Amino acid sequence: MSPVHYVALSVILFVIGAVGVLVRRNAIVVFMCIELMLNACNLAFVAFARLHGNLDGQVIAFFVMVVAAAEVVVGLAILMAIYRARRSASVDDANLLKW
Amino acid sequence: MHVLAAAPHPGTNTDVIARETLFWILAVLAVAAALAMILVRRAVHCAMMLAVVMLCLATMYAMQGAPFLAFVQIIVYTGAVLMLFLFVIMLIGISSADSVVETIRGQRLNAALAAIGFFVILILGIGHAAIGPAARPTAAFGPGNLTGLSTLIFTTYVFPFEVTGALLITAAVGAMVLAHRERTAPKPTQRDLATRRLVSGHLAPDPAPGVYALHDAADRPALLPDGSTSDASVSTALSQREVGEERQFVRPEETVAISAETGERVPAPSLPGPPDPESPAGRADS
Repeated sequence: MSPVHYVALSVILFVIGAVGVLVRRNAIVVFMCIELMLNACNLAFVAFARLHGNLDGQVIAFFVMVVAAAEVVVGLAILMAIYRARRSASVDDANLLKW
Repeated sequence: MHVLAAAPHPGTNTDVIARETLFWILAVLAVAAALAMILVRRAVHCAMMLAVVMLCLATMYAMQGAPFLAFVQIIVYTGAVLMLFLFVIMLIGISSADSVVETIRGQRLNAALAAIGFFVILILGIGHAAIGPAARPTAAFGPGNLTGLSTLIFTTYVFPFEVTGALLITAAVGAMVLAHRERTAPKPTQRDLATRRLVSGHLAPDPAPGVYALHDAADRPALLPDGSTSDASVSTALSQREVGEERQFVRPEETVAISAETGERVPAPSLPGPPDPESPAGRADS
């Protein structure tokens, strides 16, 4: 299996995730679509690591996972705060940066 | 060593045909699940679809000589991150679903156009990149994967690694600060709670769900003395089940005749049924 197939798959997944971020309005779903995009990036990193025969791509993918975990924690905490203030998880309702 | 020499790619002990078949199955599954993610309306279903995508990707990492990342993907992503998502979905409300009404006119059409353009640009970029076949895999893509990764992380990438640690601590503190709710009123004591309950005029706890001869579940509402059902007896997270057949009463003094031919119970016609104003007419004779 050539790495180009994996890269093409990661492109498809990334575009689907981007569409989800653009179209969906539930903030949790938007977050999940961002996770999908990060996962697609990881797949490309791993494929390129195999293409070049060194492990740097895998290390970068590992760092991406760590950063994604941190982002999810903070993002979901913000979501909880917004939900507590506005009783809604829709991104349309959170149009002010303050309550 | 003999096994390593025989297999063209160490760390992936499948032959070429099996690997290709597996790739196509996983690719189709992942794309279908990703599409379902943006099409289903409820957030919980979306999370389940995301789990499918993540598991497919984990298998692909393993196929590409990244066993460590495959396990990290399953343990950290599918295990921890997705559980966090599910926790927040439970807190916010499991029934939270997107409305299908577009608030911005032409948003979906424009998003689709942008996506197509983006896709074309990326595919053209890949097409121009002339990605060749994979390099000859070394032991770093098989048994030595963990050693190679740790060597890289603690030598070349030691500074990013330290920064990542700082990032994680900052994220943990930030999440605590953001999720913390400042208490604006003093915590109600037991006396306050008792007073509040007395004032509310509702002393007893909410009624338990109904227990019937045929059904005993949390989504069956309890019957009130007048024959109607009590909404307070079923949690708002559940959808209330219709109480139908089990609603007929059998009183101790009621004489129930069992007909010899059909074996069905024939209630004595002399006793009037319970007052049942809300029941449809069709249910009275059942």
